[in-house]
Order: sequence, then structure tokens, then C-alpha cells
Amino acid sequence: MTATSEVEQKDQRAGFEDGVLTEQYLTFIMADEEYGVDILAVQEIRGWESATPIPNSPKYLKGVINLRGTIVPIMDLRLRFDLSKVEYGDETVVIVLKIFTANGTRTMGIIVDAISDVYDVPIGDAKNKGLGDNKNSNFIKGLVTVKKNMVILLELENLLTIDD
Amino acid sequence: MSIDLSQFHQVFFEESYEGLDAMEQGLLELDLVEPDAEIINTIFRAAHSMKGGAGTFGFNQVAGFTHVLETLLDQIRSGKRAMSQDIQNLLLKSVDCIKGLLQDLQAGNDPNLTETNSLKAQFESILNVGSASTDANIPDEPPSPPAVDKQDDDKAGGWHIRFIPELTILQTGNEPARMFRQLAELCDYQMQVIADTQRLPELTGLDPEKCYLAWDIRIEKSIEKSEIDEVFEWVIDDAEIIITPLSMGVDSTGSASGEHASNAGEEKPTESVVAPATPPAEKTVVKAEAVEAQPQAKSPQKAQESSSIRVSIDKVDSLINMVGELVITQSMLGQLGQNFDISRVQRLQEGLAQLEHNTRELQESVMKIRMMPISFVFSRFPRLVRDVSISLNKKIELLMSGENTELDKTVMEKIGDPMVHLIRNSIDHGIEVPADRLAAGKPETGTVKLDAYHQSGNIVIEIKDDGAGINSDRILSKAIEKGLVAEGANLSQEQIFDLIFQPGFSTADIVSDLSGRGVGMDVVRRNISALNGSIEVSSERGRGSRFVIRLPLTLAILDGQLVKVGDEIYIFPLVSIVESIQLDDRAINHVGGHSDVLQLRDEYVPIIELDDVFNIDKEKKPIEESIIVVVETDGEKMGVVVDELLGQQQVVIKSLEENYKRVDGISGATILGDGTVALIVDISSLSKMSGASSKIIDGSHKAA
Repeated sequence: MTATSEVEQKDQRAGFEDGVLTEQYLTFIMADEEYGVDILAVQEIRGWESATPIPNSPKYLKGVINLRGTIVPIMDLRLRFDLSKVEYGDETVVIVLKIFTANGTRTMGIIVDAISDVYDVPIGDAKNKGLGDNKNSNFIKGLVTVKKNMVILLELENLLTIDD
Repeated sequence: MSIDLSQFHQVFFEESYEGLDAMEQGLLELDLVEPDAEIINTIFRAAHSMKGGAGTFGFNQVAGFTHVLETLLDQIRSGKRAMSQDIQNLLLKSVDCIKGLLQDLQAGNDPNLTETNSLKAQFESILNVGSASTDANIPDEPPSPPAVDKQDDDKAGGWHIRFIPELTILQTGNEPARMFRQLAELCDYQMQVIADTQRLPELTGLDPEKCYLAWDIRIEKSIEKSEIDEVFEWVIDDAEIIITPLSMGVDSTGSASGEHASNAGEEKPTESVVAPATPPAEKTVVKAEAVEAQPQAKSPQKAQESSSIRVSIDKVDSLINMVGELVITQSMLGQLGQNFDISRVQRLQEGLAQLEHNTRELQESVMKIRMMPISFVFSRFPRLVRDVSISLNKKIELLMSGENTELDKTVMEKIGDPMVHLIRNSIDHGIEVPADRLAAGKPETGTVKLDAYHQSGNIVIEIKDDGAGINSDRILSKAIEKGLVAEGANLSQEQIFDLIFQPGFSTADIVSDLSGRGVGMDVVRRNISALNGSIEVSSERGRGSRFVIRLPLTLAILDGQLVKVGDEIYIFPLVSIVESIQLDDRAINHVGGHSDVLQLRDEYVPIIELDDVFNIDKEKKPIEESIIVVVETDGEKMGVVVDELLGQQQVVIKSLEENYKRVDGISGATILGDGTVALIVDISSLSKMSGASSKIIDGSHKAA
């Protein structure tokens, strides 16, 4: 690999676009809104398969699956956000996220309606004004406008912390 | 120095911990009157290599401390000093102290030196007394240059260094010329090096790979001695290095008498700096601290879960063999698959059977790698028994057997603390003071016996003492007083003994330093059940008590019974299942509307329905069509209603907590043959969740 292509690769992840430092977000659609997660946290994207339910867990937690020998919990993001429930179909995907917390890494899957795109978002561009202090605002890092559409960036650490 | 030494730190720490264990063991075995030279040598060697390592890695606190230790040991070894109880105590305390230092260093903290310094002062006062009487020639052959921990003000106007390398020094990759260059840089080239050619043989007898030269180096600049030490750090074991301050008036040719004088002159300043700071130790101080040191020494030990294991080469070899067989089977099956027709089904089946066989063997031997003899746990008890019995003025002999019984490393790390607790209990509450023992017609010396053995896939550890036994009347009255048992309840002996595992329960008349505060036995039981194990106690008044701990051999694999509830499969640990029964017309009684009990022979067993406890959506079947699995945990029975019994199999336990969190009633998860996840039921927390507990015998207490 030549030096230039290495640089290019770096640029794809977090880099400069027109001289502005950017981060990349993977976005997905849920109830007609677009949400974004930090692309570096995305481990893989897979289809929905049935999970083993966990006793006495919150409703949004669909259960655990076997991800190549690791037990990974799966949560339904619609239910986490108190959105209406939909039946899972062929389009339904699970985004497996891996985040680093104080207690080490934590892997978890989120069920979303469909994957959308990957965007470069200038760092510091996210706006958090105008959001009330409700249950869900905790999960939201900020709002950005990409191609005139609003994208909701998610705060993964809070989102993936399960409290009953 | 260009090599990054930190990569070796972990190895150094592990070796040092092993060395400390060896020292401790040696010290305990040592006969004070006629010390065995071999044991003293072992202790000495352990201290010496620790010092060398610590010096190399720049852990000067450790190196300096081990040096005084070593000096004393050397005197004992050469018979110049008699071993005494005081010295033994002091040495044992130093072992703890060094352990503490190492743990701090390993954690990257600055070690707390107060204890080190006070111990060091005690050593030095002993050494001083000795050297006054035996005419100041402390070690005949200083094992290596004394103490690397020089004080900051320890610089003279200049230094004289006599450097006599061993003949083979060049073969070890050390280059004197390079060291001189380094020295020259240190002192801005204000240095004289004079070669001593005395050892040089005739030309015909000269081996070009040997270094026959010795050197006298005169540094005429005030630099710190530690800087010089650092230059010679790598060769201290391969050379004689004598460093003297120039002001001591030694001329440049290091004569024999000069060496001697320099030696003494060098020891003195260090001692005089430290020694007066603390008064000489007295016997009582040592003893009091020995007891205190125990709880302190315990807490850091927990933090230190070693991250590597030593595996005997046999185990690795057998593993390699098995992998070899697996590869053969795999290629056999691969060939078969290339041109397969129906006539070869037979061979396919054979191949698959072999594959299964290989996999199982492989699994077993991989598990064996994690197995270590329980002596790793047992070995810390002689010290414990000694310290505790001294502090209580009791005479106790510790007998151990089955030290070679193997168990999983993770289990081993967690069983140590509960065992310490039980043994302390036995010594503190169990064994009587000598006078009482004699009065009861028993030998003056009490015995505590540890035994370990395998029994049907479990490891069993027994702790037995021949002390006073458990006073069941007193337990009962205490329990009634605390409201744990209703007055007038009729309890069996076993049920009474079981009460000691209740939280906050203590019968000790006097709360001692060691035990009796009423925290403990419940923690012991909790720790043991966390390992999927159980503990039982039996006792006879005046004859002694016996604790039996049963543990699974490994935490990674579990024999499970698969059950079905609704659409879900759950796994029950096979060890906790007593029996499974199909309900026909057997009596189920409804107590107070909510709780059901099953009449099982002459017992009433509370019944819980798994789908209720776990909130599983399913169609309710009449209870008569279900199956009841009777399980036992902590000595209490409970019937769990399930829909169907499936097979039994060994399951590999996977953590739920890793990516999720602890779930009540679930101890872990596993992956079934079809790749789906099944949850493993935690029986003991299940009973708490359901509130169906038969622990309180009259039943009025915990109606949930």
C-alpha cells in the first residue's frame, strides 16, 4: 500500500473536507426519520434473526443472540424511543455496535427499519438546541443538517446502558 | 540503556511472587534450633535473585530492602548468626512487606515505604549488634555491590572503582570498554583508567575469548554513586566491583587491605543514615504487628489476579497430539466429502464419531491446562495457622493432604478467601486453649486438617478440627434471640448448624480481632455458591467440627439439564437437581392462596412456576400436566414447574454480563448445538426471587 492511499483511507474515516475536520456517521431510517451513529462504533450489519428473550428485561430488549460465540443483546430502537412497533421483515436490520466504556468494551445490536447512508459531518456542527429535557434527549448527541434533511446523531454510551 | 526493560516487568513480578512463596514456605519449615542448610540456601537464593532482578529493573526500594535481608541470611547461612524466633518473625514480615512493595510497583503506584523503612531499621540494628561482636567483617564475600539505593547526598569528591570482571564476561555480551565510555561521559572525561594485567597468562595459554584484565578507575568528579551503579548494573553478578569514595584516602592501586577497608567504609554511611531514625525493635512490637499485618496483607491480594499460568509441558504435548489427530480426522472427512456416494455412509458415520471423540478429548485437555494443584491455595495456610495460633496462645498443628488435587484456576483464585475464613474460625472458635484441652482429656496440641479430593466430577475440600465443636444450644438460643427462628421451633441438628451461615450471626462470646463480628459465614456461603458450590457443616460437641466444601471442577463447563418452558429452553445445573417428577394425582396443596406446596414423601416442598418468575408469555397448562423439577440449593428444596424435560448435556458457560448485565435468576448463557442461545438458571437466586423459601422452618417468616 502506498503512502497516498493510506492517507486517503484515513480521510475516509475522519478527516478534512474543504479544510473542515469531519466525522463519519452511518445513518439509518426509523419511522421516517434519519438517525446517525458514529461509524467507528459499527462492528457489522446483519439481518434480523430471532433472539432468546431475557427474563424480566425491559420491553425494548428483544433478547440475546449468538454472535460467533459471544452473547450479544439486541434492542429494538423503536421501542427504546417509544415509537410504534412494527413487524420485522426482510428489510429489518440489526446494527451491531461496539463501544468503549469505563468497564471495557460492550457489544450490542440495535434493530432499525433500514440502513440509509454514510455522511461526513463536520465536528462541532451538531446542534442540540431546542430539544426538551425528556427521556429520549439523553440518547441524542445533536442534530445536523445533511442535504437539507435533518439527521439525529445518537449518543451511544447512554443509549446502550440498560437501566430498568 | 537502549533495551526497553518494561517488557520484562511482568515476568519479574511473577518470578518474585514465586520467590516470596518459596521464602515463606522455607521460613515456616525452618527448624529454629538446627536450621537445615538446604532450606536456608533456598531462602537465600530467592532473596538474592529478587534483589538482582529488582536492581536490574530499577526498583531500588525492593533491591535495597532485599539487600539487608540477604546480608542477614548470609550470616545465618555461614553459621555466624543463630536463627531465632525474632529473626524468623522479622523475615516473615519482610516477605509480606516485599509483596506489598511489588504489588504497588506492579500497579504503577509509588510504594509506601514506612513499613519497609521500619523493618530495614530493625534488620540493621540486628546486623549492627552482630557485627560489633563478630568484629565488623560482615560478609566475607559481598554477594554483589551493596545496596543500590544510595542516598542522594551520597556523593564524594570523586570515586575509585576497582573492577575485576570474571574471565567469561565478554561471552555474556558485556563490553568493559563501552562501560568505561559511559563512565567517561558521566564525569566529563575527568577519569583515569589503569589496567591491571596481573591475571594475564603467558601468550601460549591465552584464550582470546576471555577477559584477563582488571581495572582501577579513578573518577575525579563529584557524581552520584547510583549513576555508577547503573553503568555496572548488568555485570554485578559477573564481576567484582568495589566502589570507594576518593576522600576515603585509597590510593589508585587497589591493594587487598584497601579493599577491605573500603568495604567497611562503604557500609557504614548507609547504615548511619537510616538506623537512628527508628528505635531498635522490641519483641512485643514485632508480635503485635504480626497480627495486624494479616488483614492488611489480605486486601491487596485480591487485586492481584495473575494473568498468566504456568503449564507443564506434558499437558501442552498432549494437546498437540490431539490437535494432530483432529487434523487427520478432518482430512479424512474432507476426502470422503469429495467423492461421496451413498455406499460410504458407514464411513462417514465412523468419521463423525471419531470427530466427536477428538473434540471431546481436545476439550478435556484444554480444560486441563487451566487446572492447577490445590497446593497453590493450601500453601498459604501454614503461615496463617502459625500467626494466628501465636497470637491466640494456642498450640495447633496443621495437617494437609490431597494437595495435588487439581482444580480450575478461576475457582482456585476465589476459594482462597472463604477457606482462610473457615480456618481462622476453626482456630479461633474451634480449638481450645491448651489448659482447656488438657482438662478435657485431649492432647495439648490441637489439629486442623485440610483435605482435598475429587468426587463425582466435583472437588471436595474438607476442613476438620478436633476442637470444642459447635454448641448447638447456644446457636439456637442466639437465633431465637435475633428473631431468626420462632421460639419453640423444632429444628434438626443440621438445620441448627445451618443457621451459622445466616447474615449477622455470631455466637462468639468475645469479639476477637480475627472473627466473631458476625460477618463472615454468610459471606463464605455466598462466595461458595457464586462458584456453583455448596458448603455443609457437621459437628460433635467436644470432638470437633467439619466443614465440607463441594465445588465444580471448572467454571467454564457445566452439566446441564435442558428444560422447555413455553417456547424457550432453559438449562438447570445438573448438580442441583434432586429429582424430576410427573404430577399425576400427587397432592399439591395451596397454602394461603398464593403459595403452593408439593408433598414429597414426608416433606413439603414449595413450588414455583418458572414462567411466572421469568414473566414468560405462554399458555397456562394445568399444573397436573407439567413436570416438576425438584432442585436443592443451600440445603433447601424447591419444586420448579416446567413444561418439558429435554436432554442432558455439557454446556459451555458464556457470560451475559460481558455485554449486558447481571440478570436475576440467570447465571449465564450457553450456545446450543443449533447455534441458538439458551439461558442457564441460577437456582439459588431463583428461590430468592420467588420468595418461596423453605429456609424458615415454621413458614410464617417469609410468606411472600
